[in-house]
Amino acid sequence: MAKLILSMDGLVLKEIPLSKERTTIGRKPHNDIQIDNLAVSGEHAVIVTILNDCFLEDLGSTNGTLVNGNPVKKHFLQNNDVVELGKYRLKFIGEAPVPAATAEKADFEKTMVLRPSAMKAASEQARAMGAGGAEAARATAAQQVAASAATAGTAEKEARAAPPAPAAQAAPAAPAAAAMTTPTPIPAVTPAPSPAAAPAAKSAHPLGAIQILSGGNAGKELELAKPLTTLGKPGVQVAVLTRRPQGYFITHVEGANPPTVNGQSIGTAPHALKDHDVVELAGVKMEFFLKG
Amino acid sequence: MDLSHVLEIATCTDPGMVRSHNEDSVAADPAHGLVVLADGMGGYNAGEVASGMATTVITTEIQQLLAKVKPYDIDPESNKVVAGQLVREQVMKANASIYHAAQSQPQYAGMGTTLVVCLFYDNKALVAHLGDSRLYRMRDGALKQITRDHSLLQEQIDSGLITAEQAKHAQHKNLVTKALGIDPTVEPEIREYETRPGDIYLLCSDGLCDMVDDGDISMTLEALGANLKLAAQQLVQMANDNGGKDNVSVILVRVQREYPAARGVVGKFLGWLK
Repeated sequence: MAKLILSMDGLVLKEIPLSKERTTIGRKPHNDIQIDNLAVSGEHAVIVTILNDCFLEDLGSTNGTLVNGNPVKKHFLQNNDVVELGKYRLKFIGEAPVPAATAEKADFEKTMVLRPSAMKAASEQARAMGAGGAEAARATAAQQVAASAATAGTAEKEARAAPPAPAAQAAPAAPAAAAMTTPTPIPAVTPAPSPAAAPAAKSAHPLGAIQILSGGNAGKELELAKPLTTLGKPGVQVAVLTRRPQGYFITHVEGANPPTVNGQSIGTAPHALKDHDVVELAGVKMEFFLKG
Repeated sequence: MDLSHVLEIATCTDPGMVRSHNEDSVAADPAHGLVVLADGMGGYNAGEVASGMATTVITTEIQQLLAKVKPYDIDPESNKVVAGQLVREQVMKANASIYHAAQSQPQYAGMGTTLVVCLFYDNKALVAHLGDSRLYRMRDGALKQITRDHSLLQEQIDSGLITAEQAKHAQHKNLVTKALGIDPTVEPEIREYETRPGDIYLLCSDGLCDMVDDGDISMTLEALGANLKLAAQQLVQMANDNGGKDNVSVILVRVQREYPAARGVVGKFLGWLK
């Protein structure tokens, strides 16, 4: 059964199971959850429970109801949602069985911990459930262990966090474990669309280059293909040209004076370069241009 | 011995482009040669609480202890320098604090954090780590990853199930096998390395190494090594330009000269004169 944990200033006051179809919250004594505080309206809000789903509705309260920091009128409660009425917080702990699909949608970027101990609890839970689905889940879990057998015998994640991952944090105990058995597959090799280093954005911008205008190397051209290129004399005056999705920037690295762009000192902050800007650095003039 | 004139330190931390909270936490104390980086995990804002507790507990406790002992003092019982034991105990203390907070306060249930701690003393770097936050070293133009992640991915690479190349595209980059605050006790991995003048040490959360490849990190340290603060900002900016899917934190430490321990009567006397 879903439940609410009432707390104030981090102190837990009580746990309230959502056993009724309508659970009312307010300052007046006839409410199911009475919060005797002037910031709470007489009839402040109600939680309607239909099967496994709980809906929070603000009953036109004076000071409003916040869910995870946002004011709401009506809200479909998700596991770990935090409802705030004045200084009071009600944390919603949903009832587990999470469909596999939801579990898979869980925020994969969030760092999570694997624990062998929790794994054991999970597979026992699955065995106890006995149903076909649970068996399958256990099999998956077993495979995972096999897959990482060479390792510490891992598997079963204790997902904490991510509001969209309702599996998490119910308690370190069994309900969480049950949710975890749902096969969130841990394939040995799954080429996923790499979230990392996708320099596609970079190439969208035209390639830039620098042409030296004065000094011994006058006339030479330098393409700025790398994410960063340093220019100047180390120990005297150095600047870096960075290639970013928004274009090129020049930043002062070392030396007593920052370089100038079109005769103006750029200071210590990054300075965006435009086509045909003239940079002067360590006594050498050079022109920046885009190669289209 | 005050190391603030030996170590140049720059830190930078950023929530990234996607997340609203920054769950990473960094701390640096050049005088004691101590840097700490933690990447918190946990619902609502519990991740910040865990990483914040880790960096605060570890820095303040070690600072207090270093007022009494020197990291290169010899422990009469084990006949080893005290540094390793000192760091290990404070990591465990931080673990206990986070674990108890998580147990006693429902809004913190399940919170935890990765950790990298580096204590510099006597021309050495003592490194303790848990999870997938990393330490790299830039020496003679070559970048080397010093710590090995405690992650499912790393275990799969070690057991030969997948190659490092495949790992770059794996889905489960985020599953760590060890972290601070998850279990009542934890054993951090502790190692010691010799340092050399000119070395640059990079501590980072996975928000950096997942978004920026080692080649670009190396290039940045090589090109901007003269301006550590700018290099740190540049690394964070590159992670954000590549998508910034996670919080990004960076600590850079440059060893400017040798810092041997002042041992023996003469050394102690000289140290006392300073």
